[in-house]
Amino acid sequence: MKQTARIISTYSADAFGVCSALFELGGMTVMHDASGCNSTYTTHDEPRWFDMDSMVYISGISEIEAIMGDDEKLIDDIVDAASNLKPAFIAVCGTPIPMMTGFDFKAVAEVIEMRTGIPAFGFPTSGMKTYIDGASMALAGIAERLVDDVATEDVARPLGMILKAGGGNTPAMFEKVRVNILGLTPLDFSVNGSDASISSWLEENNYEVISKWAMGSSLDELRLAGRADANLVVSAAGLGAAEVLYKRFGIPYVIGLPIGDDQKQMIMDALNDVAFESRAVRHSEHADERVGTQSIEILSDLADAVEYEYDLSAGAAVNNSGTDVVIIGEGITSLALAAAIEFETGRLTKVLCATECPEYILRSCDRLTPDEDDIIPELDGANVIIADPMYKPICPESAKFISLPTEAFSGRIYRKAIPDLIKEPEVILSQL
Amino acid sequence: MLKRVNAKETGPVIAAVRVADAAFPAPFRSGLEYSSPARGTWNIVHTGMLIPEAHEIFVCAAGCLRGVVLTAAEMGTTDRFSTVAVRENNLLDGDMEELVIEGVSDIIRKLPKRPPAVLVYTSCVHHFAGCDLDMIYARLRERFPDIDFTDCYMNPIMRKSGLTPDQLMRSRLYMLLHEREIDPEAVAIIGNDLPTRENSDLMKLLKRTGRKVHEITSCRNYAEYQEMAESAFYISYNADAAPGGDMLSARLGGKHHYTKFSFNYDEIDDEFAKLADVLGVPGFSPEEIKALRADCDKALEDTLSLVGDTEITIDYTFCPRPLGLARMLLSHGFNVTRVYVDGIPGADKPDFEYLRENHPDLMLYPTVHSSMRFAASENAVPERDTVLAIGQKAAYFDNTNHFVNVVEGGGMLGYDAVLHTLELIREAYSEEKCMRELVQVKGLGCDVCLR
Repeated sequence: MKQTARIISTYSADAFGVCSALFELGGMTVMHDASGCNSTYTTHDEPRWFDMDSMVYISGISEIEAIMGDDEKLIDDIVDAASNLKPAFIAVCGTPIPMMTGFDFKAVAEVIEMRTGIPAFGFPTSGMKTYIDGASMALAGIAERLVDDVATEDVARPLGMILKAGGGNTPAMFEKVRVNILGLTPLDFSVNGSDASISSWLEENNYEVISKWAMGSSLDELRLAGRADANLVVSAAGLGAAEVLYKRFGIPYVIGLPIGDDQKQMIMDALNDVAFESRAVRHSEHADERVGTQSIEILSDLADAVEYEYDLSAGAAVNNSGTDVVIIGEGITSLALAAAIEFETGRLTKVLCATECPEYILRSCDRLTPDEDDIIPELDGANVIIADPMYKPICPESAKFISLPTEAFSGRIYRKAIPDLIKEPEVILSQL
Repeated sequence: MLKRVNAKETGPVIAAVRVADAAFPAPFRSGLEYSSPARGTWNIVHTGMLIPEAHEIFVCAAGCLRGVVLTAAEMGTTDRFSTVAVRENNLLDGDMEELVIEGVSDIIRKLPKRPPAVLVYTSCVHHFAGCDLDMIYARLRERFPDIDFTDCYMNPIMRKSGLTPDQLMRSRLYMLLHEREIDPEAVAIIGNDLPTRENSDLMKLLKRTGRKVHEITSCRNYAEYQEMAESAFYISYNADAAPGGDMLSARLGGKHHYTKFSFNYDEIDDEFAKLADVLGVPGFSPEEIKALRADCDKALEDTLSLVGDTEITIDYTFCPRPLGLARMLLSHGFNVTRVYVDGIPGADKPDFEYLRENHPDLMLYPTVHSSMRFAASENAVPERDTVLAIGQKAAYFDNTNHFVNVVEGGGMLGYDAVLHTLELIREAYSEEKCMRELVQVKGLGCDVCLR
């Protein structure tokens, strides 16, 4: 039956995705919740909780406040706390009861902002979707409101003045391609250095990393994101921000995670291509009008001019002849691992994506499988299954199980065993 | 009232109040709530797992399931735990009852072995949607007559009205007991997560009078659990277990008696005299009491001579009477400076009054106030390196590895609570523990459930 789980875990929820995405940015995030969300998030979903004084709270909503629609209590409590704690911004997100009572997140955020003078967001999470939904929504909110407009001269230099990174047929010395990394949270990348490995890899290949959304960058660094030439979306949590930054600044984005040498080269090629294209458009005769605006004209121009999506399936064979290697997990990470496996070993793969993921990035062999009963039949005949250890009880014994823990599914339990796939993909590949 | 306790000019003001200025029973304004990394107290998953062989099924939204499914995983009981996810369409379609019935049925059919009991946990959304829980359980009992079902709740929105979720959970622990013939010599200790210490005054009293003692923590299987129903007396000493004890008494016929946890000699004597009277057994004799008091006095002297003026802090997770403990220690010359407590337990009111009068500068700190997010880093200064903390939250907030790592009273009761607490203080003074690692483990002592 759909929606039941006899034995497997549950993915981190949307409200926790909001908290995780905003954790390092100096804001105050409030889950409008009676109790339980705070301890769940801080215990299982937030490995930085012990070491970083980030302001994440619950509202402690009571039965009577919910029934009477007493939003004033929440607003007063937030205003009171903010006057003492002075956060850079305030975010309110939701859980099932506010969803049931029709809580108006936008209106409450506006009142809070009016009373405190601090930018405030209302993220209408329900506690019923996965962290991807919440994290994407939160990062999109930051992109929408807190990223600075950019001066024309910052982004509209002449075509050909960019150093094409990663080798290739480009001039030897010019500017670096500037990149934002979107979709970094410990829920997908833990705290094992994977986030730093992505930015190091880019820097080693002559890219300039403007900002990392949102691990390892301050809010001030994120404010500069509009200066980038391209965005690299490393998990579906970054898609919302990618779309906003595209709309606001015309920054194209590449979806992918640099696992394995071949894939790294493909991503660099894609980043270079879209960066050149975007610079070309920004430097066109109407650049002054286009940069920093959201006109429909620009969007259509860019869409025509720039191949802004990197199709992960391009280099990967489609598996029509049976299942060899099945990967269960977050969409982009799993697809990147699938691509790396197919590039490096030639083995056919299938991805079972249990979190929100746009279907357009999945291949025909891949599946969206939110429930235990969606997953079990898809594992029939698999020779190898790569998944979080908490999936193992539902995997057929005939398949080799390769453990790939993720905080988003098993929390802190296997944290020490979570590999840095960017730096050491062989941890998985060598087991195939 | 807020007090600036951090020396820095800028930064948040950490909430704190002198006990002399504190209001009873709520010294701090209710507001946004922070959650410290200290996680040793039990939750409803741990407590439910005390019923041997029982299977837990939670029916909630993903966000609510997340914490409980990983609690079960961390305690090694995923094979006794399942979930049914409530999604938005269920609220809109009004099929919440069907989801519970069919979801629970589906899981039971998939289990490799039929459990003797299933605990079905519904949540706030069921409460707000007006779900017909009686109908749900009636259907499930019809479908699975060989299984005992009980209704459990994860509805924290009710924590400020009526029975708290903790009280409800402790009452549900015994709802599965079937009525049976009462053995007048049998006694059940109810409502504890942790086993009552063999050295506790309660065990001593029961054992020496030849009573047969049941406690859920020692039941190895469901049949042994059912034997608790033969008890003529149900003894609780956790205040949150008392409502469940009354329900049990009304349903099965044994007599329920609540014995108050205390560090006060006179109160201990009074409580045990009442208990002996209820049980119809001789209590502790004056000579025994005199000897116990002398032992405690000596332990207090020995401990004080060891720790001297070491700064001591206490939090409410250590035991049900944090102010009572502060009173005992302060009145014997210990340097207790802080008590971390969000609300003052009713039983602690006399101690609160005593402290206001005699130690007005003792500071009360909250644990959930929004400013407490910054307390641990504020306290990460060399001059507080030597603090001795009693309880995990105090240890975390005071950044100390010298701490007593016990939650929920640790199965202590009577003069044993005094003696054992002092023993633990001496141990904490002499030996360091890794606070960072230890306090983050959920449900301290929950391995008692692994049977």
